[in-house]
Amino acid sequence: MSAGGIKPARPFPAAARDTLGNAQMRRNLRHATTTIREKRQRAVDELPNWEALRDEAAALKDHVMAHLSEYLLELEASVQARGGQVHWARTAQEARSIVAALAQRHGAQEVIKVKSISTDEIELNAGLAAHGIHAIETDLAELIVQLAEDQPSHILVPAIHRNRAEIRELFQRKLGAELLTDDPKALADAARTYLREKFLSTTVAVSGANFAVAETGTVCVVESEGNGRMCLTMPDVLISVMGIEKVLPTWQDLAVFLRVLPRSSTAERMNPYTSFWSGVTPGDGPQEFHLVLLDNGRTDVLADDVGRQTLRCIRCSACLNVCPVYERTGGHAYGSVYPGPIGAILTPQLLQLEDENANTLPWASSLCGACYDACPVKINIPEVLLYLRGQISDAQPPSVQAAAFKVAAWVMSEPHRFEGAIKLARTGQGPLVKHGAIHALPGLLAGWTASRDLPAFPRQTFREWWRQRPAAQEHGPDRPEDTSETAGNAWEPL
Amino acid sequence: MSAEARLEILTRVNRAQPAEPTRFQRPARPVSGRDEHDVVEQFAEYAAEYRANVIRTSRSALPAVLGDLLQGQVQVAVPKDLAADWLPAALAVHRDDPDLTDLTVITAVVTGAAVAIAETGTVVLDHGPGQGRRALTLVPDHHICVVFEHQVVESVLEAVQRLHPSARRGQPLTWISGPSATSDIELSRVEGVHGPRTLDIVLVAGPP
Ligand code: SF4
Repeated sequence: MSAGGIKPARPFPAAARDTLGNAQMRRNLRHATTTIREKRQRAVDELPNWEALRDEAAALKDHVMAHLSEYLLELEASVQARGGQVHWARTAQEARSIVAALAQRHGAQEVIKVKSISTDEIELNAGLAAHGIHAIETDLAELIVQLAEDQPSHILVPAIHRNRAEIRELFQRKLGAELLTDDPKALADAARTYLREKFLSTTVAVSGANFAVAETGTVCVVESEGNGRMCLTMPDVLISVMGIEKVLPTWQDLAVFLRVLPRSSTAERMNPYTSFWSGVTPGDGPQEFHLVLLDNGRTDVLADDVGRQTLRCIRCSACLNVCPVYERTGGHAYGSVYPGPIGAILTPQLLQLEDENANTLPWASSLCGACYDACPVKINIPEVLLYLRGQISDAQPPSVQAAAFKVAAWVMSEPHRFEGAIKLARTGQGPLVKHGAIHALPGLLAGWTASRDLPAFPRQTFREWWRQRPAAQEHGPDRPEDTSETAGNAWEPL
Repeated sequence: MSAEARLEILTRVNRAQPAEPTRFQRPARPVSGRDEHDVVEQFAEYAAEYRANVIRTSRSALPAVLGDLLQGQVQVAVPKDLAADWLPAALAVHRDDPDLTDLTVITAVVTGAAVAIAETGTVVLDHGPGQGRRALTLVPDHHICVVFEHQVVESVLEAVQRLHPSARRGQPLTWISGPSATSDIELSRVEGVHGPRTLDIVLVAGPP
């Protein structure tokens, strides 16, 4: 991504109003989230013990949080034992300086980057530019976003708001590519040609890290396109920036995360490429390796008993794809590199609940709970949202609260926004339903059902039935449709 | 600066981290007891679903199969320690050497693998014997990966266990599930943005 950072420029309601006006973006987004959602369910259902895996992943992450300093020290020692160097950065500023100094030491004018949300968080590209170093994004979507001088709108598919015609125009203008068609294959080929030259000639690369194993000093990057393999293999120097919460105790612990991450994320059994390395390997890959361990607000999140679970996040983006608010507003409205439900809890916490705009984010939710059901590490996002609302309301001047409550009102006022959520609630409600009614909702939602039963969600809403009836299928069931403007309401929640 | 940052972060972490409620117990993993044959079949099926070309053969027919797959390829590279009797005798290949080989002129590469995973259709290279350095299977456009049936494990968990020694030795690992792919443009899948656009998996029955 080109600029980035986590500080929203505006409060969520103001930013959301703008993106709501962009019908093209909303159509693209809806198509994407619906497609991924359906695929994801299939991928998850294929593993017989999905719930046990989620429990294990969550417990493991909690264990790491309880022993974080030990594991960080162990990781440092094992990376050093393999010939790597470890750096510690308290703030974004400190992390930027470390990376810039390393790049400068090698005389680099350009560095290649594999998509990394932590480097977006620290606004690395702008930081490097200040030192006259140009960072080239090598992930196709990130490249599109960078060339368009745009912001990513999704953790996983950052250019999801751009269609092929826009991309063709962009590549012609910025890369000088002669593109006869806007066929995605032709577009990908144009990027391949442009980037191959960069991979083979650039000496310094920057990456993020999905996991790092304390026991073995192994760092891991999960990707699809091979741009990761290129960045991690071809240059002389590799710098990886990693949040301190990403450490795992033992090599074996990778097994559970490599099972839950791809299925939750791209809905695949496994992503095309996963690379692991420890320090440097003589005769193979970069001969200099630096690991930058980043705090940037994480220790504050760690210190909070309720908020701490946010640090379990493995950035799979499953919560985005099930969120009815995200589907309407798109990622830009969140004003941070962390969009969607995870962004609504992570961004304000990283900023220590001191940022007026970020403090509107916990209201950017309908509290439908779909994100919690989808989360492979079982972060109780609704619980954290409500908790943060309480913290913020106690501490903030009324104007912030007023703006924030408007978001809630806006979300709640249009019942069709709940449709996606209800659909998910129905799949997720299994154990809660007895004799056709829900008697108790979990966690903090329990208050709603303490004195009354909620009717179980119907198997099919009227609108779903209407869309699926044979006549509708003649238009092709797969066509993305944006019916939200015209459709009426058939089922009112609560 | 860094020593100070390190100390401060560690101090903050120490203060912030919760007292652990219970020790983390890794759950017992039931042994599936699935038939080896089924596991191999599933691997072949899932790898093919990832648009790898899966070719089944026997050890004795391996050179002929590789010869067919390499038909028309003039610049073929192999790791320097690849078993010579895998390849057809008449085939001219570059034995990889980091100083001698310009990988951009290589059109196809043949390697072995360390492990293959049925649950996901993945092949894993630990860049040990017969697998070469990482760039060798990355820059050329066509990767032919030879996998023996006894290398196929059922689950990601088993694969991780089997790879533990390689990880302990500090070897890099590359997990490959189908050819390079992107879905970034309107979610339509395109093969081969940067890695090899063609992945052939030659699955060899019987002993190595
Ligand atoms: S909060 Fe959970 S679902 Fe959302 S990105 Fe993080 S791990 Fe994935």
